[in-house]
Amino acid sequence: MQVPASFEFERAESVPHALELLERYGPEARLVAGGHSLIPMMKLRLAQPDALIDINGLAELSQLGVEGDTLVIGALVRHAALLADDAVGAYFPIFHEAERVIADPVVRNRGTVGGSLCQADPSEDLSAAFAAVRADAVIVGPGGSRTVPIREFHVGPYETVVEPGEILTELRVRIKPGAGSAYEKVERRVGDWPVAAVGAYLRTNEGMIVEAGLGLTAVGAEHFAAPDAEAYLIGKAAGEDVLREAARIAAASCAPQADQRGPVDYKRHLAGELTYRALSRAAERSRA
Amino acid sequence: MRVSVTVNGQNYVRDVEPRLLLVHFLRDELRLTGTHWGCDTSNCGVCVVQLDGVPVKSCTVLAVMADGHEVTTVEGLEKDGALDPVQEGFVQCHGLQCGFCTPGMLMTARWLLDRNPDPDEGEIREAISGQLCRCTGYENIVRSVRWAAEKEASV
Repeated sequence: MQVPASFEFERAESVPHALELLERYGPEARLVAGGHSLIPMMKLRLAQPDALIDINGLAELSQLGVEGDTLVIGALVRHAALLADDAVGAYFPIFHEAERVIADPVVRNRGTVGGSLCQADPSEDLSAAFAAVRADAVIVGPGGSRTVPIREFHVGPYETVVEPGEILTELRVRIKPGAGSAYEKVERRVGDWPVAAVGAYLRTNEGMIVEAGLGLTAVGAEHFAAPDAEAYLIGKAAGEDVLREAARIAAASCAPQADQRGPVDYKRHLAGELTYRALSRAAERSRA
Repeated sequence: MRVSVTVNGQNYVRDVEPRLLLVHFLRDELRLTGTHWGCDTSNCGVCVVQLDGVPVKSCTVLAVMADGHEVTTVEGLEKDGALDPVQEGFVQCHGLQCGFCTPGMLMTARWLLDRNPDPDEGEIREAISGQLCRCTGYENIVRSVRWAAEKEASV
């Protein structure tokens, strides 16, 4: 039987209250929302926080919708809610395609977008999707709020720029005309972490690529991105040869590690092939 | 810590440690042992209950997180002595062998049919894809859920 070590439990009534509780309990306190990363880690004693601050009741963190030209996704939005939202699917199919292969439907009912990003697992799917679309993360702390580009959000494995006294409150993504996106993942079985996965975002104007975003996960890509491949794509027509070359550059620039999910060469092959497939579908959608 | 949880329509107030998991709260504190306890790692899905009407893996929810909320377990499916159609379907179509995964399967099946009264095989398999049947009796589980859907459509 796996049981977490003892901890204090507090229920936050608002974001300011949560900040106050974080300050009171100090750096050994943790926020808990879905709990589907933290609670298993606590059972294994990989995490042993002194206090848990439950933010599940904070409706202000559950907003999901379009504000002007921006899609706003609250940190407390459940995976299932992101997957069920029609506007998300229409503007950013990349999120629906990623969500469909994250864990399983029951876990998706509980796990949250913000929790997934803050866990900062190097194989996490949404980290790649948000990197591809260049989202902004809004973080509040005792001194007010700050906005961090998602590509500066992850410092390393299991580490983000969110300080102990701060809370990730929402993700913001600009909606632009002529954009298309897609997500491709290879997993060993339903609900597993990816062997490799790639999200692609392309914006085209009269057939020419004017903006490119690539998010790669589980393959050791720094900040889940492939900047050299993105730079290569700009100003080119989104034809097969160009997308293949971008995929080759992306695969060469990542640094997968061998583990039970596969050897390095296989993962690198997947990184390239999935980049090509995601780019192809994103390009098709950008023209639609 | 004092918690007040409504389980299958009945309110329970208990003093619990914050680290107590919902599955153990239900089984050990309330003696509602219909909810099974399996892998402890949110993989197998035998511990699925509905929290405010939504299936969750109760080995990965703290009992204190259910404070003030409504939980439905497999014991809550039967109404006035009559089995829920999903329970009846499992009986009619031999949807269980050892029965260990059954409570979780039933709670997810009930939720699926509430949202989608006419699911096809693929939709049923997707809905239960986070739940393991150690007897590998998936064919009959799918048939059982279809049986329940047809039964509900016919009344």
